[in-house]
Amino acid sequence: MFTQDTILENVLICLRDMVPVSEHVGPDSDMVNDLGLESVKMMDLLMKLEDEYDLSIPINILMDVRTPRQLASSLVAYVEKSHGAV
Amino acid sequence: MGLYDKFSRLAAERTHFQDSGPSPFGTSIDAVYSPTQGRIGDKDVILAGTNNYLGLTFDAQAIEAAQQALAVEGTGTTGSRMANGSYGGHTALEAELSAFLDRPSVMVFSTGYVANLGIIGALAGPREVVLLDADCHASIYDACQLGGAEIIRFHHNDAKDLERRMVRLGERAKDALIIVEGIYSMLGDTAPLKEIVEIKRRLGGYLLVDEAHSFGVMGPNGRGLSEELGVEADVDIILGTFSKSLAAIGGFAAGSSSMEVLRYASRPYIFTASPSPSVVASVRAALQAIATRPQLREQLWSNANRLYDGLANLGYSLGPHVSPVVPVMVGTKEQGLQFWRALIDQGVYVNLVLPPATPAGVTLVRCSVSAAHTPEQIDQIIQAFSVLRPLADLAA
Repeated sequence: MFTQDTILENVLICLRDMVPVSEHVGPDSDMVNDLGLESVKMMDLLMKLEDEYDLSIPINILMDVRTPRQLASSLVAYVEKSHGAV
Repeated sequence: MGLYDKFSRLAAERTHFQDSGPSPFGTSIDAVYSPTQGRIGDKDVILAGTNNYLGLTFDAQAIEAAQQALAVEGTGTTGSRMANGSYGGHTALEAELSAFLDRPSVMVFSTGYVANLGIIGALAGPREVVLLDADCHASIYDACQLGGAEIIRFHHNDAKDLERRMVRLGERAKDALIIVEGIYSMLGDTAPLKEIVEIKRRLGGYLLVDEAHSFGVMGPNGRGLSEELGVEADVDIILGTFSKSLAAIGGFAAGSSSMEVLRYASRPYIFTASPSPSVVASVRAALQAIATRPQLREQLWSNANRLYDGLANLGYSLGPHVSPVVPVMVGTKEQGLQFWRALIDQGVYVNLVLPPATPAGVTLVRCSVSAAHTPEQIDQIIQAFSVLRPLADLAA
């Protein structure tokens, strides 16, 4: 299912594997300032999601993303734009 | 919010490593005696973290050429080639690189970083798609961002993943720009160019190979990984640097005659001061050395094998295969710093590389081997690692 909620859930699962204190991960955590994700890790997170959904997502979508919720929203927006409504 | 507040995390990390010992973020090499010997503080060290692969920084002919250019043409060009004009050395160097690489067009830049910005940034505009290996150098990422291209990463050295992503692109794959490196700077591994070329033949696209660490180092004539694997005809653009095997500073791009138009379209080329005459002169001499002294490459690889085998025999976790870049995994950031400082105490200078600059978040001490290292110096490096083996065990 490719909905914003399921994607957000997957983002959170992936993130919990990537940060030292998984309890700090929430939909509105600031991934850089709160969770300490460097830019490379942000790109690696995106790659995990690409593998999960068998999609290619340009890293450009990360430009304005700060939180898991924003990432999920940007992913849905990108897929809708490039593949049609989901 | 202050102007510098966004760097508070970085500043805190920097402070964490700032104590009385040498800093890995800007080591002061207080004296340089030769391509392989220097001094840090009051400690004489073997330099094994320089990327000076062929040891040409003290090449007598390169120094003489640079001194002569300095005396005849002065210290600098004081402007860009478009505004101030090209010196004879600039065009001669481009012609010599063009002949050496057997490519119609070569453009010279003031640094390797600017070469990437200048070529990739100009070619990869907002309508283009770039497929780049996830472990590509930061300058390549920056270049793609500068151009505004759609950037899709593929898993490091995974040709099948590249193919999957190209298939997903459909028709757009035919004009996509694929970017890989000859030797990757952190792990010393090489791109699977044969497989990538095979994919490109089937699905289209343009292939750019950054040979920064492999130029002068690989291939029967030193032209890089593309030559080593016999795929030069399928590589559209070669990027390279003067700051490694060519022992100076600058960069270049080599491609088809169509590339010439970038002299008028590439802002990093147009708006950067051109390389100084002495730099150009020493690079020309170093290029001659690469072309005429294959024994330098033989010595480099002999040294690389000696170091890799020596460290592997000590049980260290290394890069995937023998290379002039020999990374040694050393645990956490703190353990890495301790190990790196202990190596200096043992008389060996290497690079400490911390995440996120390393693949997979590992901390590594990165050795780079030179043709100028004597076998005895390589053995001294191995001996230093041998003495520090208990530290590495603790880190593990």
